[in-house]
Amino acid sequence: MKNQRMSMLAIAITALGVSPVWGQTPDDAEMMDHALHQGAMPPATVKPNADQDAMPARDNSKMDHGSMDHGAMPGMKPEPSDVAGTMPDMNHDNQAAAQQDMSGMDHGDMQMQGGSAPANARDPHAYSGGYTLESGPYARTGPRELRMADEHNFGALRVDRLERGYTSDGNATAYDAQAWFGRDYNRLVIKAEGAVAQGKLQEARTELLWGHAIATFWDTQLGARYDSGVGPDRGWLAFGVQGLAPYWFEVDASAYVGNNGRTALRLGAAYELLLTQKLILQPRIEVNLYGKSDAARDIGSGLSDGAAGLRLRYEFTRQFAPYVGMERVSKFGQTADLARTANEITNETRWIAGVRFWF
Amino acid sequence: MQPHPMYPFTPFIAVPDLPRRRFVQGLAAGGLLLGLGPMINSAWARGANTTTGYAPVLEGTEFDLTIAETPVNFTGSPRMATTINGSIPGPTLRWREGDTVTIRVTNRLAVDSSIHWHGILLPFEMDGVPGISFKGIPPGETFTYRFKVTQTGTYWYHSHSGMQEQTGMYGAIIIDSAAGRSTQADRDYVVQFSDWTDEDPMRVLSQLKMQSDYYNYNQPTAVDFFKDVSRNGFKAALDKRKMWNEMRMNPTDLADISAATYTYLMNGSTPAANWTGLFRPGEKVRLRLINSGAMTFFDVRIPGLKMTVVQTDGQDVEPVTVDEIRIGVAETYDVIVTPGDDTYTIFAQSMDRTGYARGTLATRAGLMAAVPELDKPEPLGMGDMMGAMGGGDMAGMDHGSGGGKGKMAGKSGMGGMNHGGMALDHSMHAQQAGMALGDPLAKPSTTARHANTEYGASTDMRVDMARTNLDDPGIGLRNNGRRVLTYADLHTIGGPLDPRGPGREIELHLTGNMERYTWSLDGLEFGKSTPVHFKYGERVRVILHNDTMMTHPMHMHGMWSELESDGGGFQVRKHTISVQPAQRISFLVNADALGRWAWHCHLLLHMDAGMFREVVVA
Repeated sequence: MKNQRMSMLAIAITALGVSPVWGQTPDDAEMMDHALHQGAMPPATVKPNADQDAMPARDNSKMDHGSMDHGAMPGMKPEPSDVAGTMPDMNHDNQAAAQQDMSGMDHGDMQMQGGSAPANARDPHAYSGGYTLESGPYARTGPRELRMADEHNFGALRVDRLERGYTSDGNATAYDAQAWFGRDYNRLVIKAEGAVAQGKLQEARTELLWGHAIATFWDTQLGARYDSGVGPDRGWLAFGVQGLAPYWFEVDASAYVGNNGRTALRLGAAYELLLTQKLILQPRIEVNLYGKSDAARDIGSGLSDGAAGLRLRYEFTRQFAPYVGMERVSKFGQTADLARTANEITNETRWIAGVRFWF
Repeated sequence: MQPHPMYPFTPFIAVPDLPRRRFVQGLAAGGLLLGLGPMINSAWARGANTTTGYAPVLEGTEFDLTIAETPVNFTGSPRMATTINGSIPGPTLRWREGDTVTIRVTNRLAVDSSIHWHGILLPFEMDGVPGISFKGIPPGETFTYRFKVTQTGTYWYHSHSGMQEQTGMYGAIIIDSAAGRSTQADRDYVVQFSDWTDEDPMRVLSQLKMQSDYYNYNQPTAVDFFKDVSRNGFKAALDKRKMWNEMRMNPTDLADISAATYTYLMNGSTPAANWTGLFRPGEKVRLRLINSGAMTFFDVRIPGLKMTVVQTDGQDVEPVTVDEIRIGVAETYDVIVTPGDDTYTIFAQSMDRTGYARGTLATRAGLMAAVPELDKPEPLGMGDMMGAMGGGDMAGMDHGSGGGKGKMAGKSGMGGMNHGGMALDHSMHAQQAGMALGDPLAKPSTTARHANTEYGASTDMRVDMARTNLDDPGIGLRNNGRRVLTYADLHTIGGPLDPRGPGREIELHLTGNMERYTWSLDGLEFGKSTPVHFKYGERVRVILHNDTMMTHPMHMHGMWSELESDGGGFQVRKHTISVQPAQRISFLVNADALGRWAWHCHLLLHMDAGMFREVVVA
């Protein structure tokens, strides 16, 4: 149940008191099951159709959902016996086949995505007769010549945010970019985020990671993070997950371990709301937590800071989209205390103009 | 007016879509240049321009083909194409059954190249797949293909190297019977569809890896949502989206590449260039429809004319008359039309309804008929995701009526009647023999057997109860009021090649992860795969089970794929079989061609992404 685990992990990390959106997301599989039963058996959507009557034989099409006991459907998930009880009612024209299907279907946890392979799952190499692409009759001699794109490297650089933020007490330029190079399931990932104000790098986080696909929509990322800017630089080991949660939420959650027992957690989530095909509103949140105070970098332990923003972009092309937006940036807890002591504000609203692009 | 710095994009919004229109329609210039001859063709480039709009016909037993880069301009932006003898399409090769043909192919590109003879039975060394049948044709070298032609019909050929097929390397093959040319028609035209992009196709793939909906400008929007809310209520609108959003799948994912970058071509002519076939009223016209697109399914119709399908993939079928044909990538359909005293548009809209290829049948050049509007794109339904479990949509599909109006309705129903309803089938012998012995292989199995490699990052869904009927015309064609051809309508004349039933059954699942833009079989891309071994001489049943929401035209090289109905009856002999979303089909193969063969999805980027297997016959 890798997919599920990843969701759970992302959610668990996020649910550490930060995001109400995420905290409530149940795991993938349960939702899937639910959806499956709801989606598959819409009681009212079987359209009566004149043509259909002309073809009484096609019975998968008229499984007679209307007469199925929908009340019993949710029970289908945990108890196979329910299924057995229900399926024959489906007026299937071939009971034997139906039963065959059912036995093979593993209704116990029927799901269309993720999960782990049952013990009796088919061996995809079972038809090979022991031959490989390089060996066996008629194989070309020497190293394999045919390499498809699955064995080619690709790469891209995406600058999600390159923006100027305007606040009541000064302006700053921020950047947030991610680059990758490699293959479908294993790649080198570089993340860089930071801010420059008054011609000076205020804060910068740069990560060098090995991204590894572990589930349909999720990659793990393992590597190092380096913080620079105002105050002493800090290095961290990084472990994170990045991917797409149900309902198309983009999630990026990472945990870090640094020197002197420092730990940190960074969570980001974004959503793309298509107003039109090219006009896209993106709500985005990001929070940082630290296990230990780091006064030299104005960081207190616990939930330290967060940002919640809305950006409206227009995609002239998929790869070039200017945007405007606003973002609320806050410091919390001990970090806020440190800021107050230094006579700095702890909450501010930024107005933003920027550009998103990739190539 | 000075644009406000906060809204740098506003002034552009008002710019009308003129360049875009030209882009989709293409330039008419190709046709004009053709009319004026080659003198002015080199106006912008020193090299010879690509000839577009018609393919020269080469006949005989000896052929010389030269692959080179030549300039072409379909959209207003000149580009280099990879062409065969300088034309798009490449020359039409006319062979005769029984002849041994010799084809010398010279590569004048800077990179390796190859030509594969699609659907042709030949020794595997002549099949033209670099890395499997031979090493490919290095730059500057000539490879000589030589093989005996043992079949008749309409076929085609194309490069099997890199993305050269996308950039212009394809042509038609017509094989006449040893007894002479067919006299079924008074006129005979190749109508070859393709798709052209000004972008580098490798770049296109790279962009899809980055953002798989890059070319989809038909996505569900917030505006659509509110429209649905006002029409059907909040809950209904939410329910409609619930499953898709939970699964992170997109119901408008009808084609990976749309007219956002493609210009669709008919015989190398843009819609504006309007390829025209001439006839005299009352004549029978044979159109050899070939889909040489890289990624595009075309829905072809000729408003005002019925098309009588007489052949598919080179194999004669019992004639069936229809209004519309969905032609999968690499498929061919020969149709006969009998135009009256009028002008007709050959209209081939892309499956995602973003554009079309267009040509004209007319009594003289220069005439044109009305061009239909594109149909509205139809989003995928539950049946396309869940197969037989997606009940609502299956019922909505109402088999047979989408395509099966009229006389075929009964037969269409057969697919559903299935098991036991084999009285209508052609290959009763095989089956009855099997049934008599209680042969478990008499009918194709229906139980999904997912591979253990289908549970990871390479797949985004699995279908447990696939649908098996062949009478569904497919997304966007159901209940459109037209008689649409389906595989259930196709019956190869003469029945199967071999009366034997299958000795065994193998099952492969078509898989992918749309979000990552990875495509595979059994969840394994080519690089991780092992070959599929057929014992020489055996007759084997192959089941293809589609665990994706896209239609995949699956092409096995070197041997025929004899499609079965879900009752196990012989249906039609093909070289390329389109497997619809959440569908499970089966076909029989006579493993009579020793060697190693390619077997892949013929959507070029799916193939290149790894939806590809090697077959060893030994």
